[in-house]
Amino acid sequence: FMVLGPKMTYAATEQTDAAIKAFTGGAEPAKGKISLDTPEIAENGNTVPVGVYVESPMTADNYVESVVILADGNPNPAVATFHFTAMSGVAEAKTRIRLAKTQNVIAVAKMSDGSTFIDTKEVKVTIGGCGG
Amino acid sequence: MATPKPRVKVPKTASQGEVITIKTLISHPMESGQRKDKDGNAIPRQIINKFTCEFNGQVVFSCDMDPAVSANPYMEFTAKINEPGTFKFTWVDDDGSVFETENKIVIE
Repeated sequence: FMVLGPKMTYAATEQTDAAIKAFTGGAEPAKGKISLDTPEIAENGNTVPVGVYVESPMTADNYVESVVILADGNPNPAVATFHFTAMSGVAEAKTRIRLAKTQNVIAVAKMSDGSTFIDTKEVKVTIGGCGG
Repeated sequence: MATPKPRVKVPKTASQGEVITIKTLISHPMESGQRKDKDGNAIPRQIINKFTCEFNGQVVFSCDMDPAVSANPYMEFTAKINEPGTFKFTWVDDDGSVFETENKIVIE
């Protein structure tokens, strides 16, 4: 039997911004090309479905290299990083994540030419999923 | 912890150039390192931190995971099939354990 700690620390917006900058190499990511698919309301923060799709021909010289998923209200903003190749065919991936409370989920894509794109969605969390 | 058991769903056949969807799941608690036991001691982090899908020896898709990925990590992604061959799926645990499974696909 395990209980949650009385206090958890949450990632600050600055930490999330720093994680975005670390991923893009300092550049400000543009809107568009990437779409993040999240539920508006997540009843259980322990397992929230998240999908991401990036518009790209996915050829050997023009493809999506990677997509980072961040959550700005978790103890640590890092969630997962997907790495695609031309063999992916389509830049699309889905997983399930933990959200400690209502917060923004952020996805940033890095293309093979170095350009970056961002999408953000707020997810309302009914029961927090901070390790419980 | 029970030995993590990988499960994958890959079509058995594909047509030349088809983009197929692959679904994977591995049983694993993904202990986040944020929880405490009943005595108030932090439970150490232990997660699957890396997932890789290869086809005929070439990486198709991989994912670096942080503790915010849910228990029993689920991954759904795609692969473009240009030839018959074998998918190899690999999961790496924080403790260095590696879990693998393979699936064959033929061109119809």
